[in-house]
Amino acid sequence: MASLRALVLALLMGATALAQQTTFGVGRTPTAEEIRAWDISIGPTGEELPQGKGTVREGAQLYRSKGCAGCHGASAVDGRAPILKSKAPPNADVWARGRILPLRAPHATTVWDYINRAMPLNREGTLHPDEVYSLTAYLLFINDVIKEDEVLDATTLPRVKMPIGEDYARLPEWKPKSPRLKGYPQQQQQ
Amino acid sequence: MGAKRPDRRGFLKNSAALAGGLTFGAAAPALGQEQHGPQMIHEGKDQIAYGDRSRHVTSVRIAHGGRPSPDNWGLTFHIAAPLQDSVGVITPSSLHYIGTTRGSFLPDIDPKEHRLMIHGLVDRPLTFTMDDLKRFPSVTRLHFIECAGNRSSRRAKNVQETHGMTSCAEWTGVLLSTLLKECGLKGSATWFVAEGSEEVKGASSMPVAKAMDDVLVAYGMNGEAVRPQQGFPLRLMVPGFEGIFHTKWLRRIKLVDRYYMNYNDFGHLDRDPKVAALDYQIGPKSVITFPSAGQQLPGKGFYEISGLAWSGGGAIKLVEVSTDGGKRWNKAEIKGTAQRMAHARFGLMWNWDGKETEILSRCTDEIGQVQPSREQIAKYWNKPYDQTFSVPGLDNSIQPWKIAGDGSVTNGFA
Repeated sequence: MASLRALVLALLMGATALAQQTTFGVGRTPTAEEIRAWDISIGPTGEELPQGKGTVREGAQLYRSKGCAGCHGASAVDGRAPILKSKAPPNADVWARGRILPLRAPHATTVWDYINRAMPLNREGTLHPDEVYSLTAYLLFINDVIKEDEVLDATTLPRVKMPIGEDYARLPEWKPKSPRLKGYPQQQQQ
Repeated sequence: MGAKRPDRRGFLKNSAALAGGLTFGAAAPALGQEQHGPQMIHEGKDQIAYGDRSRHVTSVRIAHGGRPSPDNWGLTFHIAAPLQDSVGVITPSSLHYIGTTRGSFLPDIDPKEHRLMIHGLVDRPLTFTMDDLKRFPSVTRLHFIECAGNRSSRRAKNVQETHGMTSCAEWTGVLLSTLLKECGLKGSATWFVAEGSEEVKGASSMPVAKAMDDVLVAYGMNGEAVRPQQGFPLRLMVPGFEGIFHTKWLRRIKLVDRYYMNYNDFGHLDRDPKVAALDYQIGPKSVITFPSAGQQLPGKGFYEISGLAWSGGGAIKLVEVSTDGGKRWNKAEIKGTAQRMAHARFGLMWNWDGKETEILSRCTDEIGQVQPSREQIAKYWNKPYDQTFSVPGLDNSIQPWKIAGDGSVTNGFA
């Protein structure tokens, strides 16, 4: 028994030593270019946005030439794909104006990110940065979020004030072993 | 091989005779038939390379929600698992439910070319090949996944339609925390974005606290490589979180200092913080899979009521079954040891008296969360409980099954 206990102890200590080891030295350091090429997640600060710029006018043309109108409709409300312009009056509560990406998104960067990674259908990832800036500008314009003459680029896009403002839920701070929502709808006393 | 056959035949003949002797007693004609033995399955090449199930077993997945999958856009691809036929807790890989971030087109990924890049707020950004990932200490765990759309409705005709958008498999891989330690996680990293390599590069934001707790970068599923429909060669397992977080075809993890509001995140946008919380971690949920709607009890007598229970909060601690419409609750037996964020199989022996009744199950998880009824949920939201009531967030409500006097079983919500 004693020797077995010693063996267990030795194994545990070995495991502890392994856990404390900082790294295994496995994996390769990617180059700055490799990171840039894959880093397409555009956060609210826009720090990942590429060079380039776009206008509402160019966006209106691209909306037709890139086939957006084919699925979303020429007026962005009359296609088979989700509508991209609200049918509700402009001053209504943004939550009452439909689940429309270029209107409801809390950040304009989300609109850019979405178009860049997911559109056009079956030709995803083929749009150039200028084209994504322009399409974003056009969709924000038709929802009265920006003016017709605004130019969007890596600096101006993250500054666009979205109509939702702060009126959306933040996720609760997640901790292990925490209930999804305290007291919902009943909880046993621990 | 040839020499072995007569032996096997002889064994079958003997065991048939033995079975006949024990079961049928003096039923001589039956014994005579048994002596010929069952017909053999023809052994072809397929039987050697990758085994098939019996042709008499016909349990299959179905398109979820009564809509075609893929739809005419090729976008919707939601496929439900046949829980009514399930035994134990593991869903066979071929029957595992499917929900795609978008699109039914599976990327055909050469694992030799596949890479996982971890970067952002780390000391050492790193790129891993599949071989690299297998050099790290591995873990093997049972975990369920459940789609946010897994909710029962009045129209649903069986448990596959009410609850089929969940499955449970044995997953093998490396803990994300191990990889993050390898990269040197910076203190400023509070969220991470996980991204797939499919056409839309589906991306979701998740808390680093979850990454350090139990998130798994999985390459194995039920003893073999993860299936393409489940993200071959690499998928993220985020135990207990809504299905969409379990990023398939995983190629990139970026450590960031805020919620990124990317592609999938927009779909999670809610106004009410309570609803947002209920759209995140999955609540305690259970369902009786036998007897369930669409099945038929041949008559009164003993049956084992059997079902599945799971929770995003941890392991299932207690399952109770009512056979009288919820008046009395009986503690069911949990088969084996319930695992964290995994389906648990429960059973309760029941002597049906042949009278009309309603059967239900409810579960409690290790942190004390109790599965609610729809009536309790409506009360929580101060809403009347009627046919128009829709459960906010992920629906984990109790499913009633009605049993008629003739033994037919139907959906209690109908």
